[in-house]
Amino acid sequence: MSKKPSTPDKADIPVATLRSMHLTMVRLRRFEERVAELLCGESEIKCPVHLYIGQEAVATGVCANLRQDDYVFSTHRSHGHYLAKGGDMKALMAELYGKATGCSRGRGGSMHLASPEMGLPGSSAIVAGTIPLAVGAALAFTMQEKDTVAVAFFGDGAANEGVFYESLNFASLKKLPVIFVCENNLFSTHMPVAECLADTNIYKKAEAFCMPGVRIDGNDVSEVFKTARQAVAEARAGRGPALIECMTYRWRGHVGPNYDLDKGLRTKAELDHWLAHCPIRQLEQFLLERGIMTEPGKRRIYESVDREIDESLVFAKESPCPDESELLDNVFKV
Amino acid sequence: MRQITYVQAINEALRQLLERDRRVFLIGQGVTSPWYVGASTVGLFERFPKRVIDTPVSENGVTGVAAGAALAGLRPILVHPRMDFMYYAMDQLANHAANWHYMFGGQMNVPLTIWGIINRGGEQAAQHSQALQAVFTHIPGLKVVMPSTPYDAKGLLAASVEDGNPVVFIDDRWLYNETGDVPEELYSVPIGKGVVRREGKDVTVAATSFMVLKAMEAAAALVKEGIDVEVIDLRSLKPLDGELLFASVRKTGRLVVVDGGWKTGGIGAEISARVVETEFKYLKKPIVRVALPDAPAPASSVLEKVYYPDANTIVSAVKQLL
Ligand SMILES: Cc1ncc(C[n+]2csc(CCOP(=O)(O)OP(=O)(O)O)c2C)c(N)n1
Repeated sequence: MSKKPSTPDKADIPVATLRSMHLTMVRLRRFEERVAELLCGESEIKCPVHLYIGQEAVATGVCANLRQDDYVFSTHRSHGHYLAKGGDMKALMAELYGKATGCSRGRGGSMHLASPEMGLPGSSAIVAGTIPLAVGAALAFTMQEKDTVAVAFFGDGAANEGVFYESLNFASLKKLPVIFVCENNLFSTHMPVAECLADTNIYKKAEAFCMPGVRIDGNDVSEVFKTARQAVAEARAGRGPALIECMTYRWRGHVGPNYDLDKGLRTKAELDHWLAHCPIRQLEQFLLERGIMTEPGKRRIYESVDREIDESLVFAKESPCPDESELLDNVFKV
Repeated sequence: MRQITYVQAINEALRQLLERDRRVFLIGQGVTSPWYVGASTVGLFERFPKRVIDTPVSENGVTGVAAGAALAGLRPILVHPRMDFMYYAMDQLANHAANWHYMFGGQMNVPLTIWGIINRGGEQAAQHSQALQAVFTHIPGLKVVMPSTPYDAKGLLAASVEDGNPVVFIDDRWLYNETGDVPEELYSVPIGKGVVRREGKDVTVAATSFMVLKAMEAAAALVKEGIDVEVIDLRSLKPLDGELLFASVRKTGRLVVVDGGWKTGGIGAEISARVVETEFKYLKKPIVRVALPDAPAPASSVLEKVYYPDANTIVSAVKQLL
């Protein structure tokens, strides 16, 4: 499949879906903006944190097509996937604080989030590490004759690892219900994508493995939603995997709360260009123009989201730390 | 003598090695980035733009590329900015680089330095904390060194590059700001030689890398209680300086082995076995191992505190033997 033109058409997306995707994106954004504030100065959050700000439309648009029993595998930049798939915000905040009530009981930190009951079996901080796991889950679903699907979220950097290609091949060979979602945010730490890949059209890798591959505007939540809707439907119907390359941008630095404009890796103009293409603002403009949302209604959404974040913070701070005596618990399942 | 930090010593060694020998090149993730590899490669790309190669995240492929370049006559220094990511590289390291010389009857060799960095703490959790020296030490055909001082960092890096074999050179970010005497000119510290950091008569503490510092702290605390500890910095895990270690054990009859890796199947296990095999009759007490508990690294700092051994852990271990 070739590069599609941007399709701003939201007409065939139910209004309720548009509203709920808006709410999801605002939750992701406001949560991380709060985390960014909390990270400044002498922070009580000590684990490394990779912020998803700017990329919200990808997790949101994809997960809006998933059922609770579908699996989502994630990466070191995992807050967005976790929340969009229905992970509990309080448990996420508590995990950032290393608390016993965290979604990984304080053992994982920001890079390792799980919520099995919500279809979140875990996120890995090894680049490309979860891609074959998603393929394996899809294999299991097929063997169990379920119609659930697996999604692997990963960055452009993951397309440099051999296991990415091995996974695409195996998934296509066995026609497995897995959707590969590449979030191409143009950088792998300090390396621009063009310094990593001989061909930066990641979606084209699909062709070599006989599966559909498309590149879309990853900041347009409707386009993400519709593309994923089709891929999920095909996978659920047993017609095999797909690769979706979502063009997007992380507003902050690779790790931590700063914009990292002083590191000589990107220009202010580049950042400004992407700030102007904010996925949330784009959707809000549409919702306001169509009268689906009003200004006061929008304000209320932000206020209620901010209250939810306040509550998660209180929960995290008041929660107990893991006990020293539990250090060796869970090395094995007993 | 001039004092510089551990990380400056590595940077200087790299620069001088690149300067001295056109066969040397540096390859790996982040080598052109001023902030990625703990500033250890700062200024090198500007100076040697053709021989400082930043790479995509392709650990297995790039490790094979470096080994192949070594087979073709170059002397690559391959950096893995974090040991945890080296599992992807294990096939090229263990099946290829390590076996090549033996498997073809000694006709081809792989003069490759594999520089792996330990980077842990700070709630980085299980995939960003590992110290894999025991894994590499297990594999025939790989040499393994772990310098604990700026002097040895520079000298062992040079020796690794001069060696005709794959050498895994392991450093620890917790050492990067330690200062010490370092000659300005290039020199090498022999691979396979340990060093006595502190002479003592009561108990031998044999330690690796960052844990040597903790052993010295422990020794300083214990001397106030009248306990005289001999601290041995193993420096080289393979080949191991058995003679130095055995001589010390014969003198003290008591041994604590301190390593920052996991306990089971770890460096302490190997050292203990070696000592028991030949020096059993000199031992007055069982050997004690100080190591990481057999668990992945936890995130929570409360758990990190009990996970990583420190000087107090060593003090208690020594006291067990008296
Ligand atoms: C196997 C492995 N190698 C290196 C790293 C260090 N690292 C962490 S994130 C990252 C870049 C990943 O880039 P990308 O996949 O595009 O994701 P992004 O950070 O841009 O979201 C690298 C190289 C790692 N975590 N795992």
